[in-house]
Amino acid sequence: MIELRNVYKRFNDHHVLRGVNIKIESGEGMVVIGGSGTGKSVILRHIIGLTKPDSGEVIIDGQNLADLSEEELSDFRKRFGMLFQGAALFDSLSVWENIGFGLKEHSRLQKDEIMEIVTEKLAMVGLRGIEHKMPADLSGGMKKRVGLARAIAMNPKIILYDEPTTGLDPIMSDVINNLISQMNKTLSVTSLTITHDMKSAYKIANTIAMLYQGEILEVGTPDQIQNSKNPVIQQFINGSSEGPIRVD
Amino acid sequence: MMEIMQFLDRFGKWILHLLTEIGAMGLLFFHAFIYIFRPPYRLRNLFKQMESIGVGSIPVVLITATFTGMVLALQGYTGFKRFSAEGLVGTVVALSMTRELGPVLTGLIVAGRAGAAMAAELGTMKVTEQIDALATLAVNPIQYLVTPRFIAGIVMLPLLTVFSDFIGIAGGYFISVNMLGANAGVYLRRTTQYLQMEDIYGGLLKAAVFGGIIAGVSCYKGFQAEGGAEGVGRATTGAVVVSEMLILISNYFVTAFLRG
Repeated sequence: MIELRNVYKRFNDHHVLRGVNIKIESGEGMVVIGGSGTGKSVILRHIIGLTKPDSGEVIIDGQNLADLSEEELSDFRKRFGMLFQGAALFDSLSVWENIGFGLKEHSRLQKDEIMEIVTEKLAMVGLRGIEHKMPADLSGGMKKRVGLARAIAMNPKIILYDEPTTGLDPIMSDVINNLISQMNKTLSVTSLTITHDMKSAYKIANTIAMLYQGEILEVGTPDQIQNSKNPVIQQFINGSSEGPIRVD
Repeated sequence: MMEIMQFLDRFGKWILHLLTEIGAMGLLFFHAFIYIFRPPYRLRNLFKQMESIGVGSIPVVLITATFTGMVLALQGYTGFKRFSAEGLVGTVVALSMTRELGPVLTGLIVAGRAGAAMAAELGTMKVTEQIDALATLAVNPIQYLVTPRFIAGIVMLPLLTVFSDFIGIAGGYFISVNMLGANAGVYLRRTTQYLQMEDIYGGLLKAAVFGGIIAGVSCYKGFQAEGGAEGVGRATTGAVVVSEMLILISNYFVTAFLRG
């Protein structure tokens, strides 16, 4: 279970999070939507402990992250898998070395055992035969899928997705959406996805939460959000430039 | 009055920024050092860095040292001739190379070459979130990225300096004997006559310090990069400039420590 309680965070004079409250039950898939630069990625970073709140608490599976030392936090991260916006593959390592990175570092598996798992994870994301390619040789969609394979290689309990479809063409976006949806079902993971792609949100989510001006405006099922009476939410999900949300 | 307040404000912010940087860099050096003694030891990474910093720098160090030794001999000869001390050129070349020019010039060259490369590589990793990705895979980025480079710098700079000292002295010999008419036997004897082991060891100690500085500063600057390509460029320039300044500054203090 993931919980953010009254989290405040500012960077210099920019108050990004102003009392964010989120609760994600085990096995639930939540999507946080919101405009660009509104702090959605910052929420993700708090959950995995890359950023610490100015005030408030981040509680994962009953553990308050503030109570952990750096070493304990690093160890705690083994229960997570994270897909970064640009995939963040290690460009000096091949595809299989990327996907098997966690296994190599944290298990006693031999190279051929790791290779087997890598091939299996690649197949899960619909890729075959690219184990020895380098990240620079891959297209954007392939990078994302390799990034996803890396995120699930250690069979994590919690998966975080940072704008998984941003920068991809509509067909590849749908492929990724299907993968995430399928992943959540078959692996029974708790997941949090950050996106401003509404099509993606509706497909993946059990619940959707909208982040606006540093706070969670509303939480609901995709149907509830689509039928929300809140003009801010309606403006966002309909993609209209007219409305209470001002673009500076 | 307003101008004074504004000036004080800017100056104060600059001082605070400088102190923050020094503190953060100090912390990185500290962590990089203690992780040397903590498993996992990742020898493959270490050897790769040693090859990159050390072996890769041999060609430039060779050229630098050769011409430094040659110009030292030339300048020494023409200068000392003014007071009939040209017989001391061999001694001066040997002492200058081992005590100062070997470690310092090698340090400056390697800062420009390997330091820049480290800052650029880590800076690029930073702006593409690869460093964050490492952390999310439960691997400590300092232990994985900085410590191998730190060890490699401390180990390889003295080795490069030995190479540099030897080549520089050889360059000086070549010029003195073949161009300036010195007697080969006499020149060789002069080279070793007043040279003491502490001259060589002192130079190697300096080199180890410089190697640690280059690695620590360059990795720090890389980790601080932000804002895409421009940020990486700034990190790279900053790494070279700060490394070289710290090499020259620490050179004085290490020398004073050795001679004190």
